[in-house]
Amino acid sequence: MIEVLNISKSFGNKQVLNDVSMQFEKGKTNLIIGQSGSGKTVLMKCLVGLMPVDQGKIMFDGRSFHEMSFRKQKEIRKEIGMLFQGGALFDSLTVEENVIFPLTMFTAQSEEEKRERANFCLQRVNLKNSNHLYPSELSGGMIKRVAIARAIAMNPPYLFCDEPNSGLDPITSGVIDELISELTEEFQMTTVVNTHDMNSVIRIGDKVFFINDGRLWWEGDKHQVLYSDNEELNDFVFATELTRRLKAN
Amino acid sequence: MIFELGRYILLMFRVFRKPEKWSVFRSQFLVEINNLGLESLGIVAIISVFMGAVVAIQTSYNIDSPLIPLTMVGFTTRQSVILEFSPTIISLILAGKIGSRIASEIGTMRVTEQIDALEVMGINPANYLILPKLTAAVFINPFIIILSIGFALVGGWLVALLTHLVTTHDYITGIRYDFDSYTIIYALIKTVFFAFLITTIAGYKGFFTRGGALEVGDASTKAVVWSCIFIILFNLILTQILLS
Repeated sequence: MIEVLNISKSFGNKQVLNDVSMQFEKGKTNLIIGQSGSGKTVLMKCLVGLMPVDQGKIMFDGRSFHEMSFRKQKEIRKEIGMLFQGGALFDSLTVEENVIFPLTMFTAQSEEEKRERANFCLQRVNLKNSNHLYPSELSGGMIKRVAIARAIAMNPPYLFCDEPNSGLDPITSGVIDELISELTEEFQMTTVVNTHDMNSVIRIGDKVFFINDGRLWWEGDKHQVLYSDNEELNDFVFATELTRRLKAN
Repeated sequence: MIFELGRYILLMFRVFRKPEKWSVFRSQFLVEINNLGLESLGIVAIISVFMGAVVAIQTSYNIDSPLIPLTMVGFTTRQSVILEFSPTIISLILAGKIGSRIASEIGTMRVTEQIDALEVMGINPANYLILPKLTAAVFINPFIIILSIGFALVGGWLVALLTHLVTTHDYITGIRYDFDSYTIIYALIKTVFFAFLITTIAGYKGFFTRGGALEVGDASTKAVVWSCIFIILFNLILTQILLS
């Protein structure tokens, strides 16, 4: 479980996160939603330790990340898998080498063991016969799958996904969403997904957090999100013509 | 400027850490020897041969007095090439070639979140990306400069031979005349300093790139410009220290 306790973050005079507290549960897909500029990305960067917080704590199963020594932080980072918006695959490495990379850096496994693990992860994300392709030879959906395979290679207890569906067509988005949800349940990970895709919210949002203007505005689940009386949340959820029509019906 | 200098020094503290895994560092080091060193040999050879040839022609052109022996052509070519042309001019060329390569490679990794990915994994990206390039360049550049000196002297000899400026005997005699091996040490010390400047300045510019493709190009240009400026500056400082 990951607990966010009263964190605040500002850049100069601009307060981006203001006293945000939330709990991400183990084995569940936790979605953070909100408009562009609401503070979602900054929150995600604080969660994975790419940015320090000004105030508050982030606890990984009771361990306060920002209060730890550099060495202990490094240990926690090894327990984190992250899917970046653009995939962030290493261009100079093949698909297989990308998945093997964290294993090479942090384990003493033999080449055979690493290859076996990479193949398992790639098969788990439904990617076959792509081991020797380079990221430039992959489609958007394949890049996301390889990135997920790399993220789960170390069998991490925490998985973070930043806009996993950006730039993908609705069908591929659905496949990626299902994959994240399945892996979360299968490996009992604490998964945090940053998104503004309402389809993802309705599909996989075991827990949904709505961030607005740097504050936690609403929290609930995928069933409650459509029937809330929170005005700002409704403005966000029913911003598209499709969702408005669904609501009218 | 002070901010940039402070950030550069802090980055160097992150670069000079123990590598995460020595076996990975070793393979990266070898890859960089190839990328930064061996792949530069072609351009270095061409420039060096023509540089030596031009120095030989110019020296010969300037010898008006019959009292000055023609062995001066070989002597002057050797001195010019060892003291200045090979270590400094070739380093400036390498600043353009490998400096832009390093800055654009690391800059692209920054804007495509690959550096963030390394950081999230718990890898020190400054150390992982810059240290192998730095050590490879510092190791291989002295060999490249030695080869450049050789190529330049051959270039001078070829032009002397083809245009009958001086005889091969006079040219070789000039090259061997009053040779001080310290000049080679001076050239190599400069080369090592310049290799350090090129890789760290380019690494710094790439590492702190923000934005997109435009900014990567900008970082690459600035890396070359600042490397050249610092090479020229340190050329003066090192020459004053080592030859005064």
